[in-house]
Amino acid sequence: MKMRMNQAIVSAFADEMRLDPSVMLMGEDIAGAGGPFKTSEGLLDEFGPMRVRDTPISEMGFTGAAVGASALGLRPVVEIMFMEFLGVALDQLVTEAAKFRYLSAGQVSCPLVIRASVGSGLGFGSQHSQTLENWVSSTPGLKVVTLSGPQSAYDLMRSAIQDPDPVIVLEPRVLYGERGEVETGDSRVKPLGQANVIQAGNEVTIVAMGQTVRTSIEATAQAGIDAEVIDLATLVPWDRATVFESVKKTGRLVVIEEAPESGGWGGGIVAAVASELFTSLKAPPIRITTPNVPVPYGKSLEVKFLPSADATAAILKEFLETNTAPAPWWISEGFVK
Amino acid sequence: MNKEAFTKETALQRRAKLREGLRPQYERMMEIRTLENSVNELFAGGSIAGTTHLCLGQEALDIGIALALKPTDVVSATYRSHGIALALGMLPMEVMGEILGKTVGCTGGVGGSMHLCDMSVGLLPTSAIVGAGYPVAAGAALAFQNLGQSHVALAMAGDGSTNIGAFHEALNLAAIWKLPVIFVIDNNVYGEYSRINVTTPIEDLYLRGASYDMPSVVVDGMSVEAVEDAIAAAAERARSGEGPTLIEAKTYRFAGHSRADTAPYRPEGELESWAERDPIKVMRKRLLQDKVMTQEEIDQVSIDADKYVSELVQFLTKEPEPEISAMFDHIWAQDRVS
Repeated sequence: MKMRMNQAIVSAFADEMRLDPSVMLMGEDIAGAGGPFKTSEGLLDEFGPMRVRDTPISEMGFTGAAVGASALGLRPVVEIMFMEFLGVALDQLVTEAAKFRYLSAGQVSCPLVIRASVGSGLGFGSQHSQTLENWVSSTPGLKVVTLSGPQSAYDLMRSAIQDPDPVIVLEPRVLYGERGEVETGDSRVKPLGQANVIQAGNEVTIVAMGQTVRTSIEATAQAGIDAEVIDLATLVPWDRATVFESVKKTGRLVVIEEAPESGGWGGGIVAAVASELFTSLKAPPIRITTPNVPVPYGKSLEVKFLPSADATAAILKEFLETNTAPAPWWISEGFVK
Repeated sequence: MNKEAFTKETALQRRAKLREGLRPQYERMMEIRTLENSVNELFAGGSIAGTTHLCLGQEALDIGIALALKPTDVVSATYRSHGIALALGMLPMEVMGEILGKTVGCTGGVGGSMHLCDMSVGLLPTSAIVGAGYPVAAGAALAFQNLGQSHVALAMAGDGSTNIGAFHEALNLAAIWKLPVIFVIDNNVYGEYSRINVTTPIEDLYLRGASYDMPSVVVDGMSVEAVEDAIAAAAERARSGEGPTLIEAKTYRFAGHSRADTAPYRPEGELESWAERDPIKVMRKRLLQDKVMTQEEIDQVSIDADKYVSELVQFLTKEPEPEISAMFDHIWAQDRVS
């Protein structure tokens, strides 16, 4: 069935809530209003106000409540409207939820899902447009996934809800309206930690996540490159086997990140490939990232900030021709020394 | 002594024992007092790493809570939790073993002094973050409400915790959702190294419940009976669907905040004046008045507690430290990190 990504999310919730009475949703404006991005539309009517709860603007409070609720038998799914709002609730996630199993010797688990809209491209400005994976990716005990479209949203959301540990689901806001064919049903549920090879190829391996998956497909088509595109899907724990197998075949790795260069998630993947597959490489593994600046508002600025298909195509061509790492645009164009 | 000597009773049995009367309640208070004094000495002697937070002076509060709640209720507590853990029934071996970083500790030695847990008597993982337990308890209560269970969740933390957002957000949530939760402020006058008047515009913290339209009471935290009555009434309200209660227990922190802090910042005479109301003293007076125990029997409890704790420490000293593999357990549901 064709649906938009936000509809696929609703569909995943509805299927999980029918299957398991302990699944519940909470967040700001998710019940009566159906969610600011329409990711819970109609669910209040079907499941009632106990299982679909509007919260006050109180992220620390309701994220913490999800921790306690998950410890005592519920499977809460918490909506953080914009990823930045998790900042005021981070303690409950990284210091409580992530440690409960460890600090109880396995007596307590926190099967909760924290989902947040992320990313740039819609003009929301510096405090509503970051992806911020690295806020959560370096805390052992958490799992982190990023949706890349309608099918990915349905599959990963259901898997995240069924996962026995705390999972953070990052939802690129720019993709909520993207339509695509979605196969639904219990068979779509798979353990987290599996990357998807969405385009086979031989010259270069591109690892992408969230909206850079779409960018990668467009860029390789534009550049006419025989690239293997991998949607990493789960950042923690990331699928080493799939990435390594591909890089062994292609001999080249490009990671495309929607995040500042400093501390970005691609660093770990490039480092692992450089360290462990050095002799398989025909060129240095490279990262395409955003510059180390806050997400700017003005249209021309925001477009330039994010790796676009055009810019990525040009970088990929140069990389394949020279087998060397092209300088990032902010250096080659003289904005940063 | 061998392990069997310290595992004769389960945590649940120890919990049930409290209900047998004042004598076992007093014995448990002395167990807490003696164990805490021992922790203090062991820390000073270098046997305990990092930090410790003693609950000396707060024994009545811990016992009162344990008496009023059922083992199926849950408690979310803090880094100052040795007392509540023992009161709820946790085995001294598992508490002291954890503090000493031994495999027989409740988390096998990966947690330490600030991290105790025993779900068999409802103790959630204690938190080292001030105020973090309030929303967690509200959430536990949310689970009870949604699952149609008649259990109650209780969060307890010090007076310093009422200035952090988590306290207010949890009270607000609990109030609007009528959650079966009890918030207990252990007002021991000091938040870390600062006296309450320096950090907080009011000293009667139960007043803070008013802005959440929450029934709020203040009790003498040095009296087991007063605490038990207040918690029992709040639990009753919670179980009958009437929602949360805020309880302020007036206690006094006889030790410093943590580690080697001797609290030189106390005003002169304050400690001495509170020492008159030491919960152990209060309880002894009651035991004698009610003729539950004689002075000789009371003295014997101290002797027995000293012997028990010193044998426990001796036993624990010889217990193994965790295997290296222990650090890889219980990260995710599967046993080992991938």
